Amino acid sequence: MANLESNFIGIKSPNPFWLASAPPTDKEYNVRRAFDAGWGGVVWKTLGEDGPPVVNVNGPRYGAIWGADRRLLGLNNIELITDRPLQTNLDEMTRVKRDYPDHALIASLMVPVDEDSWKDILSRVIDTGCDGVELNFGCPHGMSERGMGSAVGQVPDYVQMVTEWCKKHSNLPVIVKLTPNIADIRKPAQAAKDGGADAVSLINTINSITSVDLDLFAPQPTIDGLGAHGGYCGPAVKPIALNMVAEIARTPELAGLPISGIGGVTTWRDAAEFMALGAGNVQVCTAAMTYGFKIVEEMISGLSQYMDEKGFTTVDELVGRAVPNVVNWQDLNLNYVTKARIDQDACIKCGRCFAACEDTSHQAISMSEDRVFDVIDAECVACNLCVNVCPVEDCITMERLPEGDVDPRTGKTVSDDYANWTTHPNNPMKCAAE
Amino acid sequence: MSDTTLTPGIKAGRLDAAAYDENFGDLHPRLDDHEVLVAADRCYFCHDAPCITACPTEIDIPLFIRQIATGTAEAAAETILDQNILGGMCARVCPTETLCEQACVREAAEGKPVLIGQLQRYATDTLMEQGKHPFARAVRTGKQVAVVGAGPAGLACAHRLAMHGHDVTIYDARQKPGGLNEYGIAAYKSVDGFAEREVDWLLQIGGITIETGKSLGSDLTLDQLKASHDAVFLGLGLGGVNALGLEAEDKDGIENAVDFIADLRQARDLAKLPVGRDVVVIGGGMTAVDAAVQAKLLGALNVSLVYRRGRDRMNASVFEQDLAASKGVRIITNAQPVAIHGNGAVREIEFEYTDDSLTPTGQTFRLAADQVFKAIGQTLQGDGLPKLEGRKIAVTGAGRTSVAGIWAGGDCAAGGDDLTVTAVAEGRDAAEDIHSSLMG
Repeated sequence: MANLESNFIGIKSPNPFWLASAPPTDKEYNVRRAFDAGWGGVVWKTLGEDGPPVVNVNGPRYGAIWGADRRLLGLNNIELITDRPLQTNLDEMTRVKRDYPDHALIASLMVPVDEDSWKDILSRVIDTGCDGVELNFGCPHGMSERGMGSAVGQVPDYVQMVTEWCKKHSNLPVIVKLTPNIADIRKPAQAAKDGGADAVSLINTINSITSVDLDLFAPQPTIDGLGAHGGYCGPAVKPIALNMVAEIARTPELAGLPISGIGGVTTWRDAAEFMALGAGNVQVCTAAMTYGFKIVEEMISGLSQYMDEKGFTTVDELVGRAVPNVVNWQDLNLNYVTKARIDQDACIKCGRCFAACEDTSHQAISMSEDRVFDVIDAECVACNLCVNVCPVEDCITMERLPEGDVDPRTGKTVSDDYANWTTHPNNPMKCAAE
Repeated sequence: MSDTTLTPGIKAGRLDAAAYDENFGDLHPRLDDHEVLVAADRCYFCHDAPCITACPTEIDIPLFIRQIATGTAEAAAETILDQNILGGMCARVCPTETLCEQACVREAAEGKPVLIGQLQRYATDTLMEQGKHPFARAVRTGKQVAVVGAGPAGLACAHRLAMHGHDVTIYDARQKPGGLNEYGIAAYKSVDGFAEREVDWLLQIGGITIETGKSLGSDLTLDQLKASHDAVFLGLGLGGVNALGLEAEDKDGIENAVDFIADLRQARDLAKLPVGRDVVVIGGGMTAVDAAVQAKLLGALNVSLVYRRGRDRMNASVFEQDLAASKGVRIITNAQPVAIHGNGAVREIEFEYTDDSLTPTGQTFRLAADQVFKAIGQTLQGDGLPKLEGRKIAVTGAGRTSVAGIWAGGDCAAGGDDLTVTAVAEGRDAAEDIHSSLMG
């Protein structure tokens, strides 16, 4: 069995699966059970400044998007940071870390943007024995209205400034948690790096309205007839998170900045994908909230089996392995010519490929009287839509035309040479041939 | 096993009172709101969907399933009823396993079709239970149309004609309208008086008068109807039952399966309905299965269904055969009756095994029988009908008979399967043709 031990910016944990700062990590009872269940680390529910704690709404905090059988696909929340007294959290963290010295315990922090506030909170969390701090610059609702959370994360200068304060006032590793509610994720990542951050974690939740009650004409979840935007998470946000992780991982100026991947991680496979795109570990929340702590057993066994199959002995061999293959569009090989191929034996004759291609694409699939569907190579642009709408796995595949064949759509002979847009004759900005 | 179970002869009250309710409850209880969403989600919304082609009434199945999936079961019901005004009954009695669900691509893919019949029932029940009738009559045309037979064909024809503004009078020989929906069909497929409720709901369109107890031949003649109406639609049932052609066929205990089924449907108290201890049903169609299964459910100890050809030739679908077997009916194939034994009442019936070409093999066996149900087909009865083709009324196009001004559809008309859904399609299409002819 592969060794899943993780060393993320010097923080060791039995595996790379951490629970993200969120309701599952709000108290000692939960965190002890999470560690007992097998989670490698925990980022404690975000702590605020001392004094009267924040209050939460007393109506619903969550909204959801479901599949037909109530499979939870996306979750939206309007919960704030911990609403328990600071000292209670600190005492609990201290006890947990004492009893679980080999597990990672990170303190998530969010206090007003002044140096004293950060200095003060840091001095108090250091005493818990925690392994590091995560700066919550991501929370998009409630706290952001008070100038914290994503209100900081959306201003790179603030990100850098607060990170600098944290590095100045503690020796703890600092992870900066980024908000996705921004045009270019590389900017706050750069600011975090410039401020001396040891790592970034992303993504926090995405601004969202889950749904609208069409009788009340109010956003859901609805509190006494009104609704506020919340933060979206769960399986639905994974593609957005993967891209943001990759953007940071493949940017030369940010190279080497460790990343803790967050956003819809539900299975070992999701975790492996984040890690392949450069995340040193992953943080999980919605999946645990949906299925309970036990899912980590599947994550451990799945990642372990995958690593064995690949011959990886440590997780670091997986981390970043896909990053070199993430490029800009202009770097894609325009000489790579494929055509859709339909396996007639596997085809169940639903006609979805035909409807999709005929109505919305390139009229490249024919339909006979007896419902045989064939690809018209002279029209097929290889868009892959038919593959995606086909309900039968592997019934439609994309097959590469071999070198020397003539693409009946373009009339051009297929070449094995790599050629991209930068040198394409249609490109007005093309580089010189030499 | 209670004493009454073993009592020989044809006896009522073989079961405990509670057993009747259980045995004759809904065969497929209606899916609940969540089950419906899961079932609907399995539909692929096929292009030019094979299920539509397989439906004799060509209901836009993918569309109505999508309407259910998006929380608009009432709109789904309209999609269904627009094509098939008896969509509620068809959802219950259609052999979907040989029609839409057989054609479903998920049947091809994994042997588990989308539950089209049950989804259709959910939609139609939802609308009908609200008492809503989504269709309105056009301005009255003043045209009078006579419809003979208040079964599926006649009702579908009448509704469509009424919708187009014509005045329709339906004549039916029985005391209640509905035809086989009311008098045929196993009780567990149409519980809680659904057939009657459906007719009442259908009549909300207005412009339809039903005269029951009026039989063609004895109470009315075709000439009279033709003279007093602008058009006539014949939607009669098959009143005759085929005989076995054996000596002593009139012995006590030898009955028509269709009569047994009708008595059962009309019985107010099933405990008072007598059934044999040893029941033999002869035939291989839906009627045979309905009679055999219900005899078993009424408390018969031994029920055998005997068919002269092989299983694959049975008109009853595989689903119906499996249903019968699951209820404890013994299915015997490749055997035909050759003699009836008994003194006054039937005691045994003798069969001879046949090969696939119905050639007798010389090997015989006897089954104990105190009740025998004949279910080897029904025939059209009546004099002065339009020209026949075989034993049914010949039709061309949308039910046009040899006589101008007279249309026919349903079981009495040649061509098409003898199914409720086929009858509805034929009645509907004839109505459209009648409308075109009348409004020229």
